[in-house]
Amino acid sequence: MTDPARIRNFSIIAHIDHGKSTLADRLLERTGAISERDMRAQVLDEMDLERERGITIKANAVRVDYEAADGDTYQLNLIDTPGHVDFSYEVSRSLEACEGALLVVDASQGVEAQTLANAYLAIEEDLEIIPVVNKIDLPGADPDRVAAELVGILGGSPDEVVRVSAKTGEGIDALLENIVARLPAPEGDPGRQLRALVFDSFYDTFRGVVTYVRVVDGRMHEGDRLRFMAAEIEASAAEVGVRRPAPQRLGRLGPGEVGWLITGIKDIDLIRVGDTVTHADDASGDALPGYAEPKPMVFSGLFPTDGDDFERLRDALDKLRLNDSSLTFQPETSRALGFGFRCGFLGMLHMEIVRERLEREYDLELVSTAPSVAYLANLVDGSRMAVRSPQDLPEPNKIATIEEPYVKVMVITPSEYIGTVMELVQQKRGEMGDMTYLSPERAEIHYRVPLAEIVFDFFDQLKSRTRGYASLDYEPDEYRASDLVRVNVLLNGIPVDAFSTIVHRDKAYGYGKAMVERLRGLIPRQLFDVPIQAAIGTRIIARETVKAKRKDVTAKCYGGDITRKRKLLERQKEGKRRMKMVGQVEVPQEAFVAALKLEQ
Amino acid sequence: MDGMSGSPPTAPESPDSALLADRAAASRSVYVHIPFCARRCPYCDFTVVTQEEGGDERVADRYLTALHSEFAMEDRWGPLDAVNLGGGTPTRLTPAALGSILTALDRRFGVAASAEISIEANPEDWSDASAAALVAAGFNRVSFGVQSFDPAVLSSLGRLHNPAQATAAVRSSRSQGFASVNIDLIFGTPGESMGSWQATVDRALALQPDHVSAYGLTVELGTALSRSIRAGAPPPDPDDQADKYEYLASIAPEAGLVRYEISNYAVPGHHCRYNLSTWAAGEYFGFGLGAHDHRDGVRSRGLRRLDAYLAAVGRGDRPRAGSERLTAERIEADRLMLGLRRVAGVVPGTLGSRLLQSPEGERLVAAGVVRLEDGRLVVLRPLLTDEVNRSVLSLPSGDC
Repeated sequence: MTDPARIRNFSIIAHIDHGKSTLADRLLERTGAISERDMRAQVLDEMDLERERGITIKANAVRVDYEAADGDTYQLNLIDTPGHVDFSYEVSRSLEACEGALLVVDASQGVEAQTLANAYLAIEEDLEIIPVVNKIDLPGADPDRVAAELVGILGGSPDEVVRVSAKTGEGIDALLENIVARLPAPEGDPGRQLRALVFDSFYDTFRGVVTYVRVVDGRMHEGDRLRFMAAEIEASAAEVGVRRPAPQRLGRLGPGEVGWLITGIKDIDLIRVGDTVTHADDASGDALPGYAEPKPMVFSGLFPTDGDDFERLRDALDKLRLNDSSLTFQPETSRALGFGFRCGFLGMLHMEIVRERLEREYDLELVSTAPSVAYLANLVDGSRMAVRSPQDLPEPNKIATIEEPYVKVMVITPSEYIGTVMELVQQKRGEMGDMTYLSPERAEIHYRVPLAEIVFDFFDQLKSRTRGYASLDYEPDEYRASDLVRVNVLLNGIPVDAFSTIVHRDKAYGYGKAMVERLRGLIPRQLFDVPIQAAIGTRIIARETVKAKRKDVTAKCYGGDITRKRKLLERQKEGKRRMKMVGQVEVPQEAFVAALKLEQ
Repeated sequence: MDGMSGSPPTAPESPDSALLADRAAASRSVYVHIPFCARRCPYCDFTVVTQEEGGDERVADRYLTALHSEFAMEDRWGPLDAVNLGGGTPTRLTPAALGSILTALDRRFGVAASAEISIEANPEDWSDASAAALVAAGFNRVSFGVQSFDPAVLSSLGRLHNPAQATAAVRSSRSQGFASVNIDLIFGTPGESMGSWQATVDRALALQPDHVSAYGLTVELGTALSRSIRAGAPPPDPDDQADKYEYLASIAPEAGLVRYEISNYAVPGHHCRYNLSTWAAGEYFGFGLGAHDHRDGVRSRGLRRLDAYLAAVGRGDRPRAGSERLTAERIEADRLMLGLRRVAGVVPGTLGSRLLQSPEGERLVAAGVVRLEDGRLVVLRPLLTDEVNRSVLSLPSGDC
């Protein structure tokens, strides 16, 4: 076990594309952990999807040995963090496992909201932050300006900003020296009871759940009987080791060290990020602070396009959950879409990733309903209920108030777009908070906005209105009462659950009108006039009519070619079979899919 | 004195009567296809050989010879209740040639004395002399491809006659002794106004035809019309066609015409027996290029290429391109699919009963599209017949 004085645990915080993975690769290469020849381009991002999207979903930790200029060899643990807003709790736990962080900013792009959000998280965790300007080799690089921005945020002097090019390797040695010199060593007590923080876990088909831990106090040996305090379960430490980056079984971990633990537990639900591992015989019950249950923020119904795929969808969700305990789902039946699942996600990106994995890895074709958030309904009888689907909302006369989740939003935008951003936030029912200028050209603005508005199209709008220059981050805030209503969409008088939504009263008319107009274009003419209505309770707020089909016959019988006529009708009837019935109205599956595509 | 004892002349059966409709199942008819045309109309996908494509007199002679050989290949089956010469443009052949076809049919199969013997004709080919010659040859019914009385519509349909020629041809056929005269009309050609269609209907009915067939212009794949629509020309509008359909349906009774099928109207006694037989899933021979027939539980189609057709007949082979042996299920489907085209409807039978008991059938009844009327399944909204038939065909297969 290494003397804690010669251990440095740190994370790299960076915006997508600012070069985190390349920098990690370069650090591993320079410390000899991997050779250039057998290095995959980006070692830490393991899943294809992450690689494609340039984001990290599952955190990971790698130990390297670094012989510093002072002649001592240091154990450096590089702890990777998820790079997206949806995973801020996971980020905070990863940061909790560190004493320091490298805040990496692209020399031409400057600071982005996401970077800043994670930097603030790091500051909250009392981490020592080394600001790093990357990509200084690029033609458009302006390291001085970016260094000034970083100093503006973190304080200190521009000299303390390390300038590197992860691509060429320039400045990497200096960075490693800075890590050793500036980051504090962990303060653990080997004599105390074991307390280790779970900061990541994943499911391995052969080993069961692999847990990543940071030992805070005490020691963990293979064979130890362990207890997961929040989960209240016990298990034995079957294997303990580290990644370098290949897994290496060490048999033990000491204070300040970071590594993996295999217990034989198969159920990932039992091992939650943030939990504390201790010895089973430890009676102190003193858990590490900061544990929280993962809480889904965004909900959406997922339905297989082909009803026969329901069981396959269930299996696929079960499998995804093995590695993603933040994903929740329960069966849901929709009149329009058949059998599916109501799924809960940490956020929009999480939702997209899950959906994409279901389609790509499990070859499922899915329809997803409009995402919604978890509302709280205070009923007139004094009770309170969570509403995760518009269908769950009781009738208006039973509701006293409805509360909706707000988020704290941080936007970083070029100054010229401040007005545009404010306008957008206002449209989205947001309230402005503080604004600070990071530099004369860029401002950081804080808002409180209903999550439902963010979930809808806030991010796309922000990007398009600022030509892609503004960046966004958010974190959960409180619930607040809002004037919310459920808009139902009725086809021929029958409500279609897939199209119901909960919106602010001021937006109900706009939503209703847009939806009925869109549906009028998508629903084929029937044998009778089909009214399409949007309604709040019993009050109709918008209406369109699909006029009855009048002519559906071919005049002739093809000069006696009855066979051809019959075959033509048989081909057409196949289309008829794919129709879903809503009452007496035949609706093609494509109409549901198209109508649910928001704001195209 | 004897006038008192003789039975009074019976009024002819109404064209839409169930009796006529069902009786037609037993009739025996023959269709002979004459593929020659001056040129191809842009909407037509029938088997046609134009002059440009080599449809000259020499070829016509060879074709005629081939037809005679084809008749000889078939078993004797008669007497025939209906003979229909269609095309193409049968009147591209001389009355003598057309007469020889009738003679040959009579010799081979026998033509009943009361048989309907019908020929399709274009007004521009018509004259008193040819009319007289055709009557003399034995034809008693003529069907004119009038299509419209609006020169602009005729021109966009690619027709070669003018309205005056159409009027003249109908009058001539009457004066020369045709017992039954049909006028074919096409409605809903893009560019045809409602006023134009009303004028067409009014002028057609003023000629007091015995029979009118009025079809909404249909876009068939592979036609010039279909290509021009793909290139951006306006397609026929179904609502416009529905309006025009309804106009004719509302005014036809004033001219004594009774609708008895989706698109067909007749003065009592002048229903088309050949057509009624088709809708009753009756059997018929089809001779000539691309002709279809239905015999002994087999539906087959003729070769569509003239050289292949002539070669096959020359070898002594039946010139068929393919056939379908009808299963019990298909026979039942055809019976319904065709029978429902008729105003008289169809006896529901196994499939019709299943339709009425299915959710689909209930929906159709609720929407007023079909109804069980005096033990017959009838379509009340004829323009939705394909919808009904798709429902029939999409019934989960059971034992029928």
